[in-house]
Amino acid sequence: MSAPISRRRFLAGSGGLVLAFTLTRAGKAAAGAAPPANLESGGFLRIGEDSSVTLFIPEAEMGQGIVTSFAMIVADELGVPLDRVRTEFAPVDEKSFGRQITGGSRSIRTRYKSLRDAGAAARQLLLAAAGAEWSVDPAACRIDGGKVAGPEGKSSTLGALARRASKLPAPAQPAWKPDAQLALIGHPTPRLDTPAKVRGEATYGIDVRLPGLLTAVVERSPSFGGEVKRFDAAKAKAVPGVRQVVQIPSGVAVIADHFWAARTGREALEVEWNEPNASLSSEGISAELARLAPSGAEAAKRGDPDRALADAKQRLEATYEVPYLAHAPMEPLNATADVKADRCEIWAPTQAPGMVRDSAARICGFPPERIQVHPTFLGGGFGRKANTDYTDEAVHCSKKAGKPVQVVYTREDDMAAAQYRPAAYSRFLGALDAQGWPVAWVHQIASPSILASMARSKPAPGRIDGTSVEGAANLPYAIPNLRVTYAAADIPIPVWFWRSVGSSINTYVTECFFDELARLGGKDPLQARLRLLGEHPRHARVLQVAAEKIGWGKPAPSGTGRGIAVAECFGSIVAQAAEVTLEGDAPRVLRVTCALDCGKVVNPSTIVAQMESGIVYGLTAALQGRITIEAGRPVQRTFYDYPVLRMAAMPRIDTVVIQSDEAHGGVGELGTPPAAPAMINGLLALTGKPVRKLPIS
Amino acid sequence: MPRYELTINGKQRKVTGPEDMPLLWVLRDLLSMTGTKFGCGAGQCRACTVHVDGEAMASCQLPLSAAAGKKITTIEGLSAKGAELHLVQKAWVDEDVPQCGYCQPGQIMSACALLAKNPAPTDGDIDTAMSGNICRCGTYSAIRRAIHRAAGTLAKSGSSK
Repeated sequence: MSAPISRRRFLAGSGGLVLAFTLTRAGKAAAGAAPPANLESGGFLRIGEDSSVTLFIPEAEMGQGIVTSFAMIVADELGVPLDRVRTEFAPVDEKSFGRQITGGSRSIRTRYKSLRDAGAAARQLLLAAAGAEWSVDPAACRIDGGKVAGPEGKSSTLGALARRASKLPAPAQPAWKPDAQLALIGHPTPRLDTPAKVRGEATYGIDVRLPGLLTAVVERSPSFGGEVKRFDAAKAKAVPGVRQVVQIPSGVAVIADHFWAARTGREALEVEWNEPNASLSSEGISAELARLAPSGAEAAKRGDPDRALADAKQRLEATYEVPYLAHAPMEPLNATADVKADRCEIWAPTQAPGMVRDSAARICGFPPERIQVHPTFLGGGFGRKANTDYTDEAVHCSKKAGKPVQVVYTREDDMAAAQYRPAAYSRFLGALDAQGWPVAWVHQIASPSILASMARSKPAPGRIDGTSVEGAANLPYAIPNLRVTYAAADIPIPVWFWRSVGSSINTYVTECFFDELARLGGKDPLQARLRLLGEHPRHARVLQVAAEKIGWGKPAPSGTGRGIAVAECFGSIVAQAAEVTLEGDAPRVLRVTCALDCGKVVNPSTIVAQMESGIVYGLTAALQGRITIEAGRPVQRTFYDYPVLRMAAMPRIDTVVIQSDEAHGGVGELGTPPAAPAMINGLLALTGKPVRKLPIS
Repeated sequence: MPRYELTINGKQRKVTGPEDMPLLWVLRDLLSMTGTKFGCGAGQCRACTVHVDGEAMASCQLPLSAAAGKKITTIEGLSAKGAELHLVQKAWVDEDVPQCGYCQPGQIMSACALLAKNPAPTDGDIDTAMSGNICRCGTYSAIRRAIHRAAGTLAKSGSSK
């Protein structure tokens, strides 16, 4: 999967396509709507007459290891060694794959059944073909080590039976192997994409090279929502290597023979902007959120929180605030498009190839089937690459240039291109009973709405954006009187999904305010949680495991504090405990223990890696992450002023994956939410001072 | 535009480009050697690390005119295509380090330069040598393990390859 080869070229070289399966997302095949069809183009899995086994991956590989997990599922069910499975990123194909958007930590949750079905159906057909070939009962045959074996030492390759198998009726309900026969699923398995990645041979979007490819660098509005008033391209065009300077909806593109010429040309470009939002500032946005917070619509309510607050002996009020955040993937935004008279091809590191296609179709005025999207590896996505702003630019540029064009964002462009994690403001009112246990919890949230931003509309008054209240409206603690409200702020800065979305904000604020309340009542933060989690045994379990692993209950080493936090998100439960210290004024996380219950497990080693990844992402944001707005523009533009956690600050992380028979849960975003509150609750334990505004430094 | 002669992975390469064009873009755009990655263009993330006369350097900071005449090694030069992996790459595979993988060529080039000077680095040595390289997937612990593993291999073999 190292080269961005086209589907047709791949098929021509695949040694004879014989057996193909089309299975839609989980549930459809089980409903008996359409049994797997043979000899149809598309689909998850193909077995060639050369015995090749090719798996099409309809999800984005952005580091979470989905290529490996998907291959494990199919290889196990089919009975072939994992290294026999070739993988290729799937084109947009709704008939085979339904909606192709990688996000919400959904890939395993939504595809597991289809992948098992594809492997099982292929195995059953091949065994039926073997039975017919050898005039024996198929039940006496098996696939082992990638070969079909029958009675009396009979043996065949998969390829030799594939044509015969393809003529047989496909099973409507493929029978899965019993768990005891699974050799890969549930076992730690090295990633398939590692060798190509360490050789520098994996092709990311930015590595796509085509004959005659030009590079574009786009000058965009310095402030959000600005439009080009006029521009002068004379000096830019004088730069050697610059071919064209064209206006596109998002700005002015300098198109050149290579990146350096395009970038140099852009520096010489003169653009005047209409800037309608140049008065926006972080201070103004904060004030607006604080003003809105008390007027939100109800997202959750039980008991009588107003009365409980009025009657309580002890009350606590606190406000928490988080800033806008950039995703800052290592591979800056980029996309390549080749628009011809009647069709368009796009190569992109994208989490949403279907959206890329549909948007390109609108720009080109072609029907969607004339647009071909070739997804590549992603050098990080974190939600940012589920948008189409950057792929649209490539389409506009190629359309204007009449040649293939790769749009490349500089780091500064990438960080200024918004689609940020929204800023958010939370006002809390809490109350304790006479024994010091929480009896009232009022949480008033105000933030820009991702869903409104996505729809490019003003937020509807009174409407709850579920992404803004996740992790808050479903507070797991049995506090008898509770109200959670949400007010959407209409601020013209595009906001978007950022790893773990609302849970990245709400787990921080709820878990830290919970610790403040627990301490006010003189309770141990772990014991207080466990007491109020009676109806949530999975939460209690992960908390206990994370706590035990860090030595909760025993004194923390001198000069350190311990904190703990729990979250339920993406169908999984996770707890983290952190041991923190201060070096001067600067917090340092020494250790994190993480316990998660994500239900059934496919690849334990990628789960552990994802927890470390999510923790580093969460700690980075809490310690140093901020996009400040001044004069309608973002202040931070590079890794110098948007610093990220580096090797020397890496804590020791120990992760425990709880054995669980629950349904598959999400993993990719799961590690992030508890990281900030576990650390900050540790600082509260160490210093007695809450941290109510991020980032810390 | 001026012509320059570069020595890349032991081969002489002639390129024509502006004198201020960073080596990173010479490799990626003039020579189609895309293993060396663009991350920031400012020497802050080290995704573009290559060896210049044996020293790890951010190729985004080295103009073409200054790269000429130097001995340059890129990730593609560590092990020939299809050939056995360099021991540091091998350690990366054995520890299953990469997630998205984008920063890893730069991480590996930095680690190779460290091990060439210091074949048995301590954790502190690794912190110092590797803290220029950013990984947004947070693979730092795995990178540390891989460097120790490569050092162990070096100690056993007594050679650098």
